[in-house]
Parts: sequence; C-alpha cells; structure tokens
Amino acid sequence: MESSLATPQPPASPPVAGKKPTGATEGSDTWRLSDRIGLAICWFLGLLFCAIALAIVIYLLVQGITYLKPSMLVTPAAAGFSEGETGGFSDALIGTMIVATMGMALALPAGIAIAVWLVEYGRPSALARITESTIESIAGIPSIVLALFGTVIFQSTALGFLSRTTEGVVFGRSFFAASAMLSLVALPLVVASVREGLNSIPRHVREASYAVGKTKAATTRRILLPTCRPQVATGAMLGLGRIVGDTAIIVVLLGATQNFSPVEEVPFPLNYLRGAGTTLTNFVYEASPTGNLNQPQKAYAAAFVLLLIVLALNAAVDVVHRRSRKVGTWSQ
Amino acid sequence: MSTPPPIRRLSLEDPPAASEATAPPRPSSNGHGPSTGGSPFTATRRSIGAPQFSIRRMEIDDVSVHYGEKEAVKHVSLPVRQGEVLALIGPSGCGKTTLLRSLNRLTELTSTARLSGSIRLDDVDITLIEPTLLRRRVTMVFQQPNPFPMSVFDNIAYVLREQGSRRQKKKTLEPAVHSALSRAGLFEEVKDNLDHPALKLSGGQQQRLCIARALAAQPEVLLLDEPCSALDPQSTQVIEDLIVKLRDDVAVVIVTHNLQQAYRVADHVGFMYLGDLVEYNSASALFNKPREQRTREYVTGAFG
Repeated sequence: MESSLATPQPPASPPVAGKKPTGATEGSDTWRLSDRIGLAICWFLGLLFCAIALAIVIYLLVQGITYLKPSMLVTPAAAGFSEGETGGFSDALIGTMIVATMGMALALPAGIAIAVWLVEYGRPSALARITESTIESIAGIPSIVLALFGTVIFQSTALGFLSRTTEGVVFGRSFFAASAMLSLVALPLVVASVREGLNSIPRHVREASYAVGKTKAATTRRILLPTCRPQVATGAMLGLGRIVGDTAIIVVLLGATQNFSPVEEVPFPLNYLRGAGTTLTNFVYEASPTGNLNQPQKAYAAAFVLLLIVLALNAAVDVVHRRSRKVGTWSQ
Repeated sequence: MSTPPPIRRLSLEDPPAASEATAPPRPSSNGHGPSTGGSPFTATRRSIGAPQFSIRRMEIDDVSVHYGEKEAVKHVSLPVRQGEVLALIGPSGCGKTTLLRSLNRLTELTSTARLSGSIRLDDVDITLIEPTLLRRRVTMVFQQPNPFPMSVFDNIAYVLREQGSRRQKKKTLEPAVHSALSRAGLFEEVKDNLDHPALKLSGGQQQRLCIARALAAQPEVLLLDEPCSALDPQSTQVIEDLIVKLRDDVAVVIVTHNLQQAYRVADHVGFMYLGDLVEYNSASALFNKPREQRTREYVTGAFG
C-alpha cells in the first residue's frame, strides 16, 4: 500500500510475468513456438518407434510361443501333405549358425586389420582415402548385387573346389560362397566400429607407450586393441546381425534348398560346407504365404528363433560394454 | 631472430647458491607465493637442499626443430644433468614441449617435424640409438595422467616385459613392479589393490603410476611434460616432492608453465620464448636476478 505511493515503480524482477516461479529449472514454456513444436515432434516420434518395436517383439513373442514346438528345432524340413509331416527347420537353424560363424571368421580379423591400418598407419594417405571410400561403397551396395557378383566369382573354374562341381561345371553355390559374400556385408560395419574405437583413444596414450620404448605393433596389440574391445564387440554384433538377417545372398549363393545337400566326394565337414543349404531367413521367406511352403505358422516360429538370436547378441555386447566400464577411461 | 640467445654454461664446479643449502627447512613447499621485496621469489625455495652432485647425462647442442615451415625451437643448447632438476619454462607455444619431446625422439612421430643440431646421451648421438632403446633410457610422463586400461600391476609389468620374448610369470616380475611403485611413492597406497584397474585411481595417484611406469624402464633421464597441470594442489605437492627426491637417481627435466612450480623444484631453469632459449641459469639466479629483460618481465608476470 505504502510502496505504491512511491513514484517510480520498481521493475518487475522475474522476466516471466504472471507465472509462479517454479524453482531454478529451465522449462520449455519460455521457448519459441517452433522450438516447442520441435520438442513435441521428438517426443512423439521417440514414443512411436518405441511402440512399433515393442509391438513387433510382443507379436512375434506371442506367435512364436504359440507355434514354436521344440521338435521344430531338431527336425529338418521334409516333403509331406500334412502339417505334421513337413518337419521343422533344424537345417535352417544350423545353416544360419554356419554362415554366421564363417562370415564373421572372415570379416572380424579383416575388419580389425583394415581399421588398424587406417587409423594407426594410413600412409600413403591417398591409398588410405581410396580404402576408406571403397569400404564405404561396399557398405552401400545392396546385398543382392553382391550376390550376383558372387555368382560370377564362385562359378569360375579356379574356385570350383569351393562348391559342387560335376563334369567340370561349377555350381558356384555353397556355404563357402555365401559366407564369403556375407563377410563383405559385415566388413564395413566392423571397420567403422573399430575405427571409432581406435580414434577415441587419446594420442597421448599411444605416446605414453612409445615413450617407454614400446613399438607400434606392441602398442597396438597390448594397449589399443584391448581398449577397443567394446567397439570390436559392437562391430561384430552389427555385422552378425546383418549376416543373420540377409536373405538375398542366401537365395542366390547358398542354393536356398530346404535341406543340406552335401557333396559326396569329400570328408565330413567339407562335404556340407561345399554343398548348398538354407538359413532361417530363407526359411521364413519360403514358409511365408509368398513362398513355396506357405506355412505361415512355421514362418512365425522361425522368425521368433531369429529374433531370439539377435536379442542374445545384443545382450552379449551389453556385457562386454559393462565390463569395459569397470576398467574406466581417461579423463578429458 | 637469427642470433642465438645468450647462454651461460654452468660448469659442474659452479657452486649452487649456497644460501639455499643452509636455509632452515620449511614445513611446507606451498606458500612460496609473492612476499615482501621487489621479486616475488625471495622466499626460501624449498625444504630440500641444494644438489649433492651433478653428472652431465645429456647434451643439447644447437638444436632447432621445424614443423613444416614453422620453426618451433631455434638453436637451443643446454646440458641435462643427473643430480639436479632442470625446468623449462615459458609461455605456451614457446617450444618447450617440442624440445622435451625431441630428447627421446618423440617428435619423429610427427611427420612434418625436422630436427637439426645434435642431442647426445652419454656422449652418443641419440639418432644413432634405436628409438625403442632410447625411449627406455629417456622415458616420459605426460600432461594428462594416462595409465593403460589394465590393472595397476599390469601397467608396470607392461614396461618390464621385453618385446617379443615370452611373457614372464607374474611372480618373477613382482619385485621390479613393487620397487618401481615404491620409487614413485605409490606402493603403500596401492599394495593391497594391485589388481584394481589403474584408471579407477585418483588423478594424483594415476600420475604417480605414470611416473612409476616411466621409472620401471630404469631410465637415465626422466622427462616430465607439465605433470601437475591436471592435478589438484595437494597431489601437485606430493609429485613435486617426488620429483626432487628422484633427481639423484635420474636426470629430471620438467616442462611447466607454472613459475612457482619451477621455483619450487628446479635447480636450473631454462626460459624459452618463441622458440629461443632466452636465459639459462640456476633457479635462484634466474628468478631473483634475471639477466635478460624478457626473463625479468616473464617471471614478474608482465606477460605470460
């Protein structure tokens, strides 16, 4: 009352007039309209994709639990007239594991080697740039194109020993051929991830190793690569995800038979690897309503198994990351 | 620019400021801040006395380092002696770190760097020594604490294990690891946790682990590149005390932009400015009676 008599009004202290101050936190209520709309879109899309991912997992979980029978995992697909006679997808499951193992066995060492060369050596720099863009372009090539290219390579007589060969005609489709091409699909992901890991190690850490008389090779093997273990795991997981999920290369380069078709003339593991086969993705495709088998229920069961494999890979990478966090990192 | 800076070589017999040796020890090495008088460096330098002896280990002779077109170090000549601590001071970008890195040929990792002049270690030109061997004799500690992401024990063991040979058993390396940690004054703190990850130690402990790692190679010269700039005052004091203790076993060269620190730990100081070694003198002389105008301005804080 008395203060109002004072002639100059004291300036209102908070800039947001008419609002009750809610502590010293920043709220979006002072933002521009466009920023607020942007924030709302971020929230909406984030929640939407959470919902979509959740819907897929839950749907597959329900379908999978409904239709998946343990016997499917151990019986191969068979010709038959009724649901009971057509068997399961054990060949496809084992096939997936074979291509994943063989593809990764090629892609992981090669990817780590390329990343180490690019980051730690990378000279002459023109060659490094070419290597970089080559790998990027491989990452951009659709796998069906890689598959087509693969047929040209693996049908050549020189590589006949990698697949079924009858009377000089090379079939060109085998686990060897498919794994080799699948490793190309995984390679760029491994390279990118390991490179990122190597680049995140401060320069002075390398120099600390050189400064106690260690060679570049010893530093890379004992310090840099062990430090990059989480990124190596991430790259391997992403690569495996691509290998396990690829269908085009399987159809074109694995023969996409419903069962293993081992070649006769060679001893045990090689006869299967030189022969044609199938994987889970191919089985899902064939069992879907568009495929030859047209048994959607088995497609769901196989898709569920595929999903479980991918989730298990994710969990494994999480474990590696958590373990590396225990070791700590350098303060910036 | 073209004329080399004046350098006064101090001979071995040169008596180190006698007043320091007889000065009463002070309880703490902090609190050497500006006091009464014209120069801020009139207080007793530190509790530990003047060097007992000094042996010339390294000889920097007319060394210049170019990065491409830029000349980072210009015709610098300096001795590095065991038994005393040499500090290189100067504003950032003055070439002190480059000079330090050229002492164990780390500058060669930069492809554009070129070095002229000669650096000798025990009268052998360092370009004639295989780099990995040289770097075991002249080890370095960096500005950022950078233990390797492994256990405390393995950090030291990594240095001890010869390259290419079979990995030695943990037991056989234990005495050497323990002694390196003790020399760095870290053993008592970590002896029960040798298997713990080194990167979980505190910053000061990490830096002392880095010093232990550098000492594990049994070097003749220890290079320290601003070892305390990322640390709190308390850890800094622990490391400074350690540096002074080490000077009898190894020749210590420390780069610092902290003048007080150079004043506290160094026996001789080289002041560098824009690649030139402006002045080289005993610490008390350089801080209290600088001969060059530039040095006087720098140590009194006129520029920095």
